[in-house]
Amino acid sequence: MRMPKTLLALVLASLAALFATQAGAQGLTVQIVNGVPSAIPITVVPLGQQGSGPASPVDVAQIVSMDLNRCGKFRTLPTSEIVQSPTTGAQIKFATWQQLKQQYIVVGTASYEGGVLKVDYQLWDVAKQQMLLQNTVARQGSDLRRAGHEIADQIYQKIIGVRGAFDTRIAYVTMVGLGDNAQYALVVADSDGYNPQTVVRSHEALLSPTWSPDGKELAYVSFEGGNSAIYIQNIATGARRLVSSRPGINGAPRFSPDGKKLAVSLSFQGNSEIYVMDLGSGALTRLTHNLAIDTEPSWTPDAQNIIFTSDRSGKPQLYEIPAGGGSPQRITFQGQYNADVGVDYDGKKLAMVQGNGNVYRIAVMDRSMGGQEIFVSPGNLDDSPSWAPNASMLLYAATEGPRGVLYSVSADGRVRQRLVLSDGDVREPAWGPYRNP
Amino acid sequence: MNATVRVSVVALFCLAAAACAKKQEVKPAPPPEATTPTAPATTEGAFTPADLQTNACLRTRVIYFDFDKSEIQSQFQNIVACHAKYLRDRPMARMTIEGNTDERGTREYNLGLGERRGNALASALEAAGASASQIKVVSYGEERPVCREHNESCWHQNRRDNIVYTAE
Repeated sequence: MRMPKTLLALVLASLAALFATQAGAQGLTVQIVNGVPSAIPITVVPLGQQGSGPASPVDVAQIVSMDLNRCGKFRTLPTSEIVQSPTTGAQIKFATWQQLKQQYIVVGTASYEGGVLKVDYQLWDVAKQQMLLQNTVARQGSDLRRAGHEIADQIYQKIIGVRGAFDTRIAYVTMVGLGDNAQYALVVADSDGYNPQTVVRSHEALLSPTWSPDGKELAYVSFEGGNSAIYIQNIATGARRLVSSRPGINGAPRFSPDGKKLAVSLSFQGNSEIYVMDLGSGALTRLTHNLAIDTEPSWTPDAQNIIFTSDRSGKPQLYEIPAGGGSPQRITFQGQYNADVGVDYDGKKLAMVQGNGNVYRIAVMDRSMGGQEIFVSPGNLDDSPSWAPNASMLLYAATEGPRGVLYSVSADGRVRQRLVLSDGDVREPAWGPYRNP
Repeated sequence: MNATVRVSVVALFCLAAAACAKKQEVKPAPPPEATTPTAPATTEGAFTPADLQTNACLRTRVIYFDFDKSEIQSQFQNIVACHAKYLRDRPMARMTIEGNTDERGTREYNLGLGERRGNALASALEAAGASASQIKVVSYGEERPVCREHNESCWHQNRRDNIVYTAE
C-alpha cells in the first residue's frame, strides 16, 4: 500500500508549509488510516499562476485534493506522479491521464492580488474528454482556504450528486493539564481541522457542544459554576447566555431543526429526564417520566420525534418519543450498550456508541435497511459520533494512550483520518451545518 | 502495560480470587484509600468538627462502586453510619456528595450515573438520620478521574462518591 504513505508525506509537507506561512497557527495533524481501492481516481493538477501578484499563501489544489481523499469516495493522484501541468482544458493531453487510469482531472489558475484569492478551474472527464464544470471562486482575509473547500464541494456534487460538506466547521473540546491546572477550551475549526478558533476557556470541564442550525451559535455544558450548566454562545461575537443552571444535572443540549427549541436532560425534579425548552419563553415541556437515566436527546430532521438514551431496560439503549410527548419506543436491540445517538440529515442513519464488554465502538444503524448495523470505528473507547451535514462522513472521539483524539471516518467506515491536537486531549467533536457562502 | 505484565496481573487476581473464594464473594482489591477503618462509628458522645480531622471513620471521604452500579456496598456501611451521625450531631453541617464514574460509556450518560451514585449515598445518609437539607449532590460523571489509565484497577478508583463538607 504505497498510497497511504504517499498521502501522509503530502499531508505532512503541506502542514509544514502551512506552519511556515501561518506563524502561531495551532493545527491538527492529519493521517489517512485506510485506503479504498475502489475509490474514484481523480487528479488535481497544481494551479497555474495568474496575474502579476504574489503567489497564493494557500495551496488550493492541495486543499481540494486532501478533501476529496478524506471522504473515502475519491483517490487523488499523488503530486509526484503528476507528470504534466496543464492549467486549461486545451492543454490537457488526455492520453497521459488515461494511461495513469484517471477518471477525472481538475485544472486551473489562481491569482492573489490585493489580498483576494481568485481561482478559475475546470473539471474534465478523462475518458470522454468532456468538460463537466467550469467555475470561478474568490476568497479573502482569513477565508482563503475556503476557496479550496468550496471547489471540492462543487466537484463532489457534480460527480457524486450530493452537496459536498467540506466547506463546513467543526467544534470540539480540548483539555491540557491535570487537576487544578486543567485548562479546557471549546474550539471551532474548519472541517479539516485548520483555522482553530477558541470560543470559550474554562478551568472546569466543558462538554457536549452542539451547533445551532444556522451555524451561528453553540450550546454546551460547562462546570465553571461548580455544577453542570447549559450555555448558548454566539461564535462571532462571543456573547453568551445561561439557559439552565437548575439543581442537579443540566446536560445534553440539542437544538431543534428550526433552532427555536432546545432538547435537554435535567434532573431538578429528582431524576434525569428529557425536556424540551422553548428558547423564546424559557418554558419547559417534560417528555419522560421514569426512574431511569434519560439523556442525550436528539431530534429527527422532521422535528417530529426525539431519540434519546435510557437505561430503563437495565442497560442504556436508544428510545424514540414524539417531540410533543407520548410513549417512548425502544429502537436498538443489538449490543449491550447503545448511547449518544447522532441522527443524519434524512433521519435514516443513526450513529451511536455501542458497547460490548469493555469495547465501545461507533455503530451506524440504517433504519431504511431494516436496522442493519455496521461498525465504523475500531474501539476501544470511542464516543461522540457526529455526522457531516451530507452524511458522507462522521466525526468521533477516540482514546489513544493517555490522550483523546478525533477521527473523521467515511460513512462506510473504510477511510479514517486522525485529527490530533499537538498538545493535550481532544474530545466531544460536533460537526456543524452547511455554511452559507 | 505489556502482555507479560498483563498476564501476571491477571494471574495475581486469579490467585487472590482463589484464596478468598472460600470466604465469601470475590471483589477486586480495593485501592489503598478504600481501606475501611474498623473504628466503631457509634461514638458515645456527639461529634465535633475536630473529629473530622481525627476520627478514622470521618476522615474517610470516599466510597467506591461496582461497574455501572450505584448500590452502597456493605463494606462502606460504617462510613455511611459515622457521617450520618456527624450530620445528626451537627445540624448546621453541610455536605456535598460528588458522584463520579469511570471513563467507559458516554459522558452524558455518565453524568446520570454519577448522580445516581451520589443520590444513593444521600439516601443512605438520610435513612440513617441525616436531614436532606444538609446534603447536596453534584455529578461530575467521568470528568474528574483520579487515575487516567485504561484498566480495571484505575476504573475502580474512579467509580466513587467523594464527600466534601462545606460547613462543619
